[in-house]
Amino acid sequence: MTVDAILFFILALISIISAVSMLFSRNAVYSALFLIINFGTIASFYLMLGAPFLAMAQVTVYAGAIMVLFLFVIMLLGAEQLRHSQSIGWQQPLAIILGAVLLVEAGVIFFSMRDTSGMLPSFSTLDSEAAGPLAIGTALFNQYLLPFEITSVLLLVAMIGAIVLTKAEKRAR
Amino acid sequence: MPLNYYIVLSAILFTLGAVGVLIRRNAIVIFMSVELMLNAANLAFVAFAKSYEALSGQIFVFFVMTVAAAEVAVGLALIVAIFRAKHSINVDELSSLKQ
Repeated sequence: MTVDAILFFILALISIISAVSMLFSRNAVYSALFLIINFGTIASFYLMLGAPFLAMAQVTVYAGAIMVLFLFVIMLLGAEQLRHSQSIGWQQPLAIILGAVLLVEAGVIFFSMRDTSGMLPSFSTLDSEAAGPLAIGTALFNQYLLPFEITSVLLLVAMIGAIVLTKAEKRAR
Repeated sequence: MPLNYYIVLSAILFTLGAVGVLIRRNAIVIFMSVELMLNAANLAFVAFAKSYEALSGQIFVFFVMTVAAAEVAVGLALIVAIFRAKHSINVDELSSLKQ
């Protein structure tokens, strides 16, 4: 057990526990806070995998911007807890069973693939400079310039869409 | 650290997100579960990018993050609009297309 492996297992445990707590906490604010913990652990995984730029983007974009937006909307609507309404009773056990089936299926595919072809190599050496912000920026602005520009149009559409969606409702009242 | 551990963790997180979409009735929590699934996919992308020493996996994660941000902005605007119209974000009560 190297230090890397111990760190991985501790972080994986925190990540899974926070995801499960997100699912089963009654209050939506607690769900959002547990999800922030989960995003933090995933950012540390990115650091361990030699992707420092993505780790920082994860913290600022996901744990920062997106989750602040979530918390803002939860508190704006005052919708932390739902009124209890009658729902389909057999749906939740069925969902858990289906989720278990999905996991088992993924596991079977994964382990059978590993046994036959050995397609998943274990990584040992990678220079961390190869995936730094400089390399990512160079690739983004040379090889992936067109997708990058299309992304800006996508963000513009999302911005206009959010404004229009909330404004049209105000006019109708 | 072998790649396998990261892929298994990614599968577990993705399954938890899928179960969350199915069992929760709060539309905002369903959105959070979708974010969890996107993050699980991103983790697999970064792990494979490291394993094959290719940068394109990380670039793709960057684009997925952008799409997720756009999706959250539009989705939360939709939830706010729905809440104004029906005073609830319980997905069981949002069963009719017209008022």
